[in-house]
Amino acid sequence: MPYIVLSLIKLLIVVLVLMHTLAYLQWVERKVIAHVQLRVGPRRVGPHGLLQPLADVIKLVTKEGMLPSHVNTIFYFLAPFIAVLFALIPMCLIPYGGDINVFGIHTTMQVTDVSIGILLVFGLSGMGVYGVALAGWASNNKYSLMGGLRSSAQMISYELPMALAIAAPLLILNTLSFRHIVDGQTGFYFGFIPKWTIFQGPVPQIVSFVLFMVAGFAETNRVPFDLPEAENELVAGFHTEYSSMTFAAFFMAEYANMITVSCIATLLFLGGWHPLWPEQYGSSLLPSLIFGVSGLVCFSHAARPARPFDRITLPVFGVLFLGLAGLFLIPAGQQILMPLFWFGAKTGTILFVFIWVRATLPRFRYDQLMGFAWTFMFPAALINLFVTALGVALS
Amino acid sequence: MDAVLFLIFAAIAVVCALNLVIQTHPIASALSLIGVMASLAAIYLQLGGEFIAAAQLVVYAGAIMVLFVFVIMLLNEGKERKAKRRLWVTIAGLPLLFVFVALIHFMILRVLPPSDSVKFGAFTGGNAEAIGIKLFTAYLLPFEVTSVLILIAIVGAIVLARKEVD
Amino acid sequence: MQLPPFQMIAGVPLTWYLTLSAVLFALGVAGFLFRRNIITVFMSIELMLNAVNLSFVAFSYKLKQNDGHIYSFFVMVVAAAEAAVGLAIILTVFKNRQTLEIDEVSSLKD
Repeated sequence: MPYIVLSLIKLLIVVLVLMHTLAYLQWVERKVIAHVQLRVGPRRVGPHGLLQPLADVIKLVTKEGMLPSHVNTIFYFLAPFIAVLFALIPMCLIPYGGDINVFGIHTTMQVTDVSIGILLVFGLSGMGVYGVALAGWASNNKYSLMGGLRSSAQMISYELPMALAIAAPLLILNTLSFRHIVDGQTGFYFGFIPKWTIFQGPVPQIVSFVLFMVAGFAETNRVPFDLPEAENELVAGFHTEYSSMTFAAFFMAEYANMITVSCIATLLFLGGWHPLWPEQYGSSLLPSLIFGVSGLVCFSHAARPARPFDRITLPVFGVLFLGLAGLFLIPAGQQILMPLFWFGAKTGTILFVFIWVRATLPRFRYDQLMGFAWTFMFPAALINLFVTALGVALS
Repeated sequence: MDAVLFLIFAAIAVVCALNLVIQTHPIASALSLIGVMASLAAIYLQLGGEFIAAAQLVVYAGAIMVLFVFVIMLLNEGKERKAKRRLWVTIAGLPLLFVFVALIHFMILRVLPPSDSVKFGAFTGGNAEAIGIKLFTAYLLPFEVTSVLILIAIVGAIVLARKEVD
Repeated sequence: MQLPPFQMIAGVPLTWYLTLSAVLFALGVAGFLFRRNIITVFMSIELMLNAVNLSFVAFSYKLKQNDGHIYSFFVMVVAAAEAAVGLAIILTVFKNRQTLEIDEVSSLKD
């Protein structure tokens, strides 16, 4: 099959899955934060609020798109465009699985494998700073400008510890391409400890992982580093003057950045699509087990429904989950589905940590935030890189 | 296919560079310069310089230009006032520029054989491993000297931009 | 690296890259000479440096060596250092003169 047609098909799949994930990530966030705060979250639109993202999309699209008269029109429209562009491009470079053989076509689950993959992703997410800075500038509004400049300064300050935290496992893995990074994490120690970078000798990269996660929180403007866009601090920061579709664009860019950071953490530190324990001990049965148990839990809750609606919807979900469990047992599909499951599970866990932290921690003040970056994270990342380099050189 | 890609990115680069020179507000010039750098990164990819393309995006377009954009936003001077130029400058300026470019193009055509063509993927020595090996063996002294240079620049910039404490 | 199978045999002549470099350099010179805002002058200098980088990488392709890439890398590093110090100087000039036009910073002229 011609290379261009294959790439277009892969791109289509990535775009479809990504758009749905962005929409439902928002649903997951609202539900998780609600349950942490001992309330229920959206439950009216569709069963358990599952159609809430659709309702939000309809609302944002049909809302009146105002163009305030005092804004700089070209930059006003350029800023969300730049933010979304540089948030979505890294999705093409990330591998979601290994080699597959589908209908005789031998290909990999990645749109394109560049030999400088991680460097390019890092550069592209660094360019996302312009979306925020221009949004603050174009709005011609002192709160937006302050929010925009603060947010950009925060993002570029935390790029340094992030780059140093990325450099440490790259010293061990000796490559910049994502496929080779994950290939360097195959295998198991003592037959059952996976050779992920956080467990790998000569220096286990746990400190790098923690530093990368903290820098990732700051890069994506998430709590506890979200002062520049806090609703009750700076009137919503740099996206004060934006409404409807352009606001949706910034929102989408933030979630896409979050997904990109989680995917990179999975690939660099958690072994990508490799299973947690070897397949001969039955790790291929884990997804079927999880979905089967979920299906049975749905059925048992449907027997004693908490709400009258659940008598109908929960059995449907139970059947869906049991169907998924059966799907993971078919050996023909396991080649595609198992790597996707492991990659999705690890990325999903990191995204859950993002949401969990948002529900739990208070926010940093801006000078505390910048001081933390320059006086603690940057020296810590340097020392970590030095220790890793020493370990690699001495072995 | 190569020629089409090159022409697209070259056209974007030239249009952005023209925009840089013509625009009156510095922030529009800064954004045009970012456009030039991004299209040059794509052209470097075509010439086999993968590491240089990534370095261009990370260092030039992602850090240096952010510095420029910050300074322009902080100083907030607005558009440039129109200059009073003498008549001969206005008449002879643009044609002289064309003559300059034509002269250089003529000299290039004299020096290089016309059959030299660039194919995407013909040069594979531009990946990070090859550049890393060269950088840390043959060019180690310039590498260390530029590190000290950056340190001097950091110290100098902080000292210059510091608020006076009386 | 896998090449797409339908690629044309003829590539792009190397002289086109060098002409592009010349055009960008000429535009940088024009911006440097004709603009009065000091930050725009500085950006024209960066444009000239970029044009030179393109020239280095193009010749590195011709000679099939990656030394040109390394020179280009050093040009980028030095440009970064220069931008940092230059912008700090511009900030100081603005603090003292309240203007960004190079024609008005002329107290040493007789």
